[in-house]
Amino acid sequence: MGIAEFASDGRVVMGDRPGAVVVAAVSGFLLLDLVAKLAGTTVFFLGTKLLGGSLTVGSLLSMVVDGLLVGLAVGLAGIGLSMTYSILDFANFAHGDTVTAGAFLGWVAAYITAGLGTGAPISELFMLNSGRQLSTVSTFFPVLLGLVVAGVGSVAVVLLVDRLTYRPMRNTDNISLLIASIGVALALRYLIAFIFGTQTSGVASGGLRVTLFSMISVTDNEITLLVVSVLLMLGVHLLLQRTKLGKAMRAMADNEDLARVTGIPTERVIRLTWILGGGLAGIGGYLLVLESGTISFNFGWILLLLIFAAVIVGGIGSIYGAMAGGILIGLVDSLALIWLPSGLTRASAFLVLIVVLLLRPSGIFGGVSTA
Amino acid sequence: MSAVDTVRNRLDALPDVGLVVAFIASIWAVMLVLAIAVGGANWANLAAGFIGSVTVLIGGYAILALALNLQWGYTGLFNIGIAGFMAVGAYTTAVLTAPTDPAAGAVPGLGLPLWVGLIGGMAMAAIIGGLAALPALRLKADYLAIVTVAFSEIIRLIVNWDGLAEVSLLGVPIGTGGATGISFKSANQVASTFINGVGQPLVAAMEGVGVSGPNLANLTYGILLLLVVAASYWVLARITNSPFGRVLKAIREDETVTQSLGKDTRLFKIKTFMIGCALMGLAGVLFRGQAGYISPQQFRPTITFYVFAALIIGGSGSNTGSIIGAATFSGLLFYLPARLGENVSLGGTRAPGNIIDAVAGLGSLDPLPLLAYTISNVSTLRFVLIGVVLIYIIQNQPDGLLGHRNEPATSVSLDRPQSGSGGEADE
Repeated sequence: MGIAEFASDGRVVMGDRPGAVVVAAVSGFLLLDLVAKLAGTTVFFLGTKLLGGSLTVGSLLSMVVDGLLVGLAVGLAGIGLSMTYSILDFANFAHGDTVTAGAFLGWVAAYITAGLGTGAPISELFMLNSGRQLSTVSTFFPVLLGLVVAGVGSVAVVLLVDRLTYRPMRNTDNISLLIASIGVALALRYLIAFIFGTQTSGVASGGLRVTLFSMISVTDNEITLLVVSVLLMLGVHLLLQRTKLGKAMRAMADNEDLARVTGIPTERVIRLTWILGGGLAGIGGYLLVLESGTISFNFGWILLLLIFAAVIVGGIGSIYGAMAGGILIGLVDSLALIWLPSGLTRASAFLVLIVVLLLRPSGIFGGVSTA
Repeated sequence: MSAVDTVRNRLDALPDVGLVVAFIASIWAVMLVLAIAVGGANWANLAAGFIGSVTVLIGGYAILALALNLQWGYTGLFNIGIAGFMAVGAYTTAVLTAPTDPAAGAVPGLGLPLWVGLIGGMAMAAIIGGLAALPALRLKADYLAIVTVAFSEIIRLIVNWDGLAEVSLLGVPIGTGGATGISFKSANQVASTFINGVGQPLVAAMEGVGVSGPNLANLTYGILLLLVVAASYWVLARITNSPFGRVLKAIREDETVTQSLGKDTRLFKIKTFMIGCALMGLAGVLFRGQAGYISPQQFRPTITFYVFAALIIGGSGSNTGSIIGAATFSGLLFYLPARLGENVSLGGTRAPGNIIDAVAGLGSLDPLPLLAYTISNVSTLRFVLIGVVLIYIIQNQPDGLLGHRNEPATSVSLDRPQSGSGGEADE
């Protein structure tokens, strides 16, 4: 390809998609800046600091690890949001509170099991405020039990909510469903607040700290998050590829009436969608609390916009997109600290969400529906 | 005929102004009864306090619901970034009107008069709304929803950022105050000055029956807010009954048809979005910043959803419905349960500190602890109630109280009259 051809190609791209060119230029600049920062050099242009600064490889790696861990949990929670979006065709604003509900059920189970026999009063254990901090190493079985309860409990919650709220309105438009989900979100969140109070409780802290490659330091709880979420994502992948469920879901996402005519039991597929998505959301919430150590009645609600960002960046309706988008958004949320003051890093994740919606509404991985 | 239909028929029989006045008056009456029931000798002052607070709430939510109704009810723009546009208006006003020589630790502003600040706040909210609308309007309704809510969070995070807490713009020190917030000229102060100046005889007379000055000032402010609501209603009714408004309704019904009739629908949508955002900005100052102080905490996305609840209860598409919905939401669902919870006591049963102790009472067949716990936490439970009401309405009465009045896009009804069993009579 000649230079002239290449240049004209470039002009076409610039003319057709000015937004993409701006995004490419900004990311190129940030990358250059990152390299300069890592090299410890500063470039001045006309007397003002253009790029560079200082950043150690160690702190970059720890930011990457942080972002990756949060991103995995967000991706896990995002799978359910993405599935309800493609199969039931609405943005579920109650998904964040499903995450909270699962996390609370799981942690109450774990906390009570771990606290039995220590003499702590049951009401203190139930309210998660006996001061005890759980970790995977020191209290393995309670943490494992909590994980299972979080999954099962959130499945029960979403099935109940679906039965009461969404099922009577299967054939209504997606905005009515969205509004109903706002009602569910309010009811669920303040029901949790009614039972567990509005305080923030510290429930977990790392019991063991491991240093990998003499640079990255992670706790046992963080390793648990990593292992469990990767295993679950692999499980979802196999489930959707090897069973008929995945095919049925794809068919329903594509055209529900056609799927029903073909003999796909749509109501059963919807129930399985809720079970899968709700369970993963609850486990995602449980793991996030394990990693961050604290739990409060509205943490899922605050997380919801980040989950939306992950799902949309990955391409709404795509399960692999949700996983990848979660990791990407987690990394953006964490790595933005290199360039932005700490108060604005979350804003950068939302900015990515808006930019993707405007430039490429089908998501970065674009257009692939469910699995 | 269901209960809702009965209520609806009664509501329909009244003219709109009478309807709104009767509705708000009956909420006042409920507050008065509550105050008499729990206030004892102090009932007059308590009643003034209750009625003042509820009126301010109704006024604030009514302005917001009217603005949202213009965007969503008339044009179909699903904007859930209300909190962000309120913040833009409130912060602009705050920066414009904050004193140039503030108290120690507070942020200085430009020290302009309040009315300049209000106009500036509305203008800025409209501009930011227009900027947000410009690219976002080609998105589907639910994508627009997510973009606007993300946008409102970005605005909140920016005003919360300590880097903007106090900066120097062209040598003039201004700022947002960061997480601690900012103090500025209070709109409430205007009402207070007014009632203590012109209304001095009234103040004296009310103090005679035990109503305190601040409570009376607050009530005055609430009534001033209702006047703002009336003015907004008048402006919106003018807009929506004009040819401009007819295009908006046509966009809501079918955008493609409207476009093919030669209307630049994007321009119409952007203008509508800007007008609505200006009103939201105004409400941001007059409602959230009534006492002359705002902080980022007041502009969390939850307030957006409360406005949605208010509009859905009233029925989207109807301006009168927006006000009725705002009154129902803020008076009966938001304010009343909290006051009931504070003032109802169960003859000496103290509320347990947590739910386990409350439920434990049930074991010995004593429901009182659980009941006491429920009452003491009613300010939490009212949000569960709001959520359930929202779900009930969207499932059973998607039109809300007055949404069936949803004005059609045409000036004459296009519904064909049904003739008997179908077909022409002479067939």
